[in-house]
Amino acid sequence: MTTQAGKPLAIALENCAKTFPDGTRALEPLDFAIHAGETVVFLGPSGCGKTTTLRIIAGLEEPDAGGRVLFDGEDVTRLPIEQRNVGMVFQSYALFPNMTVAGNIGYGLRIRGTQEAALKARVGEMLDMMQIARLADRRIDQLSGGQRQRVALARALAVRPRALLLDEPLTALDAKLRDTLRLDIDSLLRSLGITAIYVTHDQAEAMALGDRIVVMEHGRVAQIGEPREIYQRPATRFVAEFIGTMNRLTGSAKNGVFSCKAGNLPWAEAPANATEILFRPEDIRVAESHEETGLQGTVAAAFFLGDRTRLFVEVGEARPLVIESTARRAFRHGETVRLAIDPRGLVVL
Amino acid sequence: MKHRGLFLLQLGFTLVVCAFLIVPVILSIMAGLTVNYFVGIESGLTLRWVIEVWNGYRDTIFLSIGLSLACLVVTLILGVPAAYVLAKRQTALTRAMEELLVMPVAVPGLATALALIVTYGSLSGFRTSWGFILVGHVLFTLPFMVRSVLAVLSAIDLKTLEEGAASLGAGFWPRFRDIVLPNCRSGILAGSLMVVTLSMGEFNMTWLLHTPFTKTLPVGLADAYASLRLEVGSAYTLVFFLMIMPLLLALQAFAKPRPAKFVAEETE
Repeated sequence: MTTQAGKPLAIALENCAKTFPDGTRALEPLDFAIHAGETVVFLGPSGCGKTTTLRIIAGLEEPDAGGRVLFDGEDVTRLPIEQRNVGMVFQSYALFPNMTVAGNIGYGLRIRGTQEAALKARVGEMLDMMQIARLADRRIDQLSGGQRQRVALARALAVRPRALLLDEPLTALDAKLRDTLRLDIDSLLRSLGITAIYVTHDQAEAMALGDRIVVMEHGRVAQIGEPREIYQRPATRFVAEFIGTMNRLTGSAKNGVFSCKAGNLPWAEAPANATEILFRPEDIRVAESHEETGLQGTVAAAFFLGDRTRLFVEVGEARPLVIESTARRAFRHGETVRLAIDPRGLVVL
Repeated sequence: MKHRGLFLLQLGFTLVVCAFLIVPVILSIMAGLTVNYFVGIESGLTLRWVIEVWNGYRDTIFLSIGLSLACLVVTLILGVPAAYVLAKRQTALTRAMEELLVMPVAVPGLATALALIVTYGSLSGFRTSWGFILVGHVLFTLPFMVRSVLAVLSAIDLKTLEEGAASLGAGFWPRFRDIVLPNCRSGILAGSLMVVTLSMGEFNMTWLLHTPFTKTLPVGLADAYASLRLEVGSAYTLVFFLMIMPLLLALQAFAKPRPAKFVAEETE
């Protein structure tokens, strides 16, 4: 694609911590490297330090003394955002109400003293890329939320930034529009090959967009990994619970069998000290009548969702198991079902 | 019909109140245009009194216009940046300053004027210049400028807008010029009209601060009422009206809130 110039930026954070004037520690010391051209998603609940990290990378916050931010190996810690050449997309869009759509998109180029003709051409290019050419002369208050976010993306990319930083860009939109824009952002980031840092509290967004996900909790990194790794091999209980649904069985392992209130689960690799096993809803299913299985439970609730049935099965644990069943049959409340678990999906923490 | 009766009652009351407010204005204007007020309108209409005012008090009109414009310039230079700082830094100190700024409005103008005279009265060159009155007017009108700009700045997400501009490469001055000022334009306009109108009509303070050579329009007006024919005083009021009315009308026009637009989400 011709819209980006230069090679993508590698970003490194060294010992970056942030303490606010009131003494709150927003971010514990963080060391992290973002590879050139990679999309990294910072994921976590509000107050976990993800936005602070993004703002430190952007240059909107300075890390505490001793912290360093490196762009392609060059120390930019003391450089304010206006000198870092990073594109930023805000949750509240931050579009200028005193300018038209085209004025907003062209502002960064105007500040750089771009020739009028080149500026016009670039703005046109961005309008086309975001499919908002027909909105060029509109005022910002004449745009819908989805349109505003497209303008914000176009504005951030128009100046050919070295990296694109997105702070919860889809949070203010409704669910359907979020899906559409998420797809658009995904294909945009792939085609541009730009280094992108994306902050969100929505795990579905993180999974879909991230080459790597950094899960954060209380100002600390809980886990860094590819989406699949984070989902299938969560490092901590927090990660396991925050991303997707996790089922839990408590009991004890002995001689390749995990025993719990629901019955006995044959598991050859069961660690001897395992007192708790975790697994995803898709790794457990209702067993066919001819199958041998040592686990069973009682249906507490069943929701037919069309393509599958979501079952809540009581097995004597603190919470019922969640099972996504694709069986072509109806489940009755109170019915006893036998359960089969794929041992490959088992996680012990 | 019951509702109709109530409506007529309300309409009647409204008209009476309006008449109570407007009739003196009309009478005053007519008095300034009649040949002899005590004889009444039968004595005929004339511009004689208006011309007499123009000849006798022209200087006070020019001084008031000059003074109010100077006051506007000063309040713009001081008030807009002050409002910007107050909007950006919400600390206990800035909140206290915001309150203190309103003091000259709460304290009687005479008291402020006395304080100014006690403090600077001995600087004779300053005491006798119109600059002395200007200081009083600025003290009195500055809060109105700050407040109206601050109201607009607080209504927009100034911090994020500035961060957005900074992310596009704009340093402080370009940001201030391209983002802050245009977005508080309505506040600046409303504040400006307020300042000019208030400065033009200020009497309390000015009456103490003026010298025979620095008489403003309202002071001249009091003078005319006290020492000349009623017709002259009324004609003077008429002149004042003609100057102040366009300002008030403009103030009304700018103070109108812009209708919020509802934009439906388009299918994308």
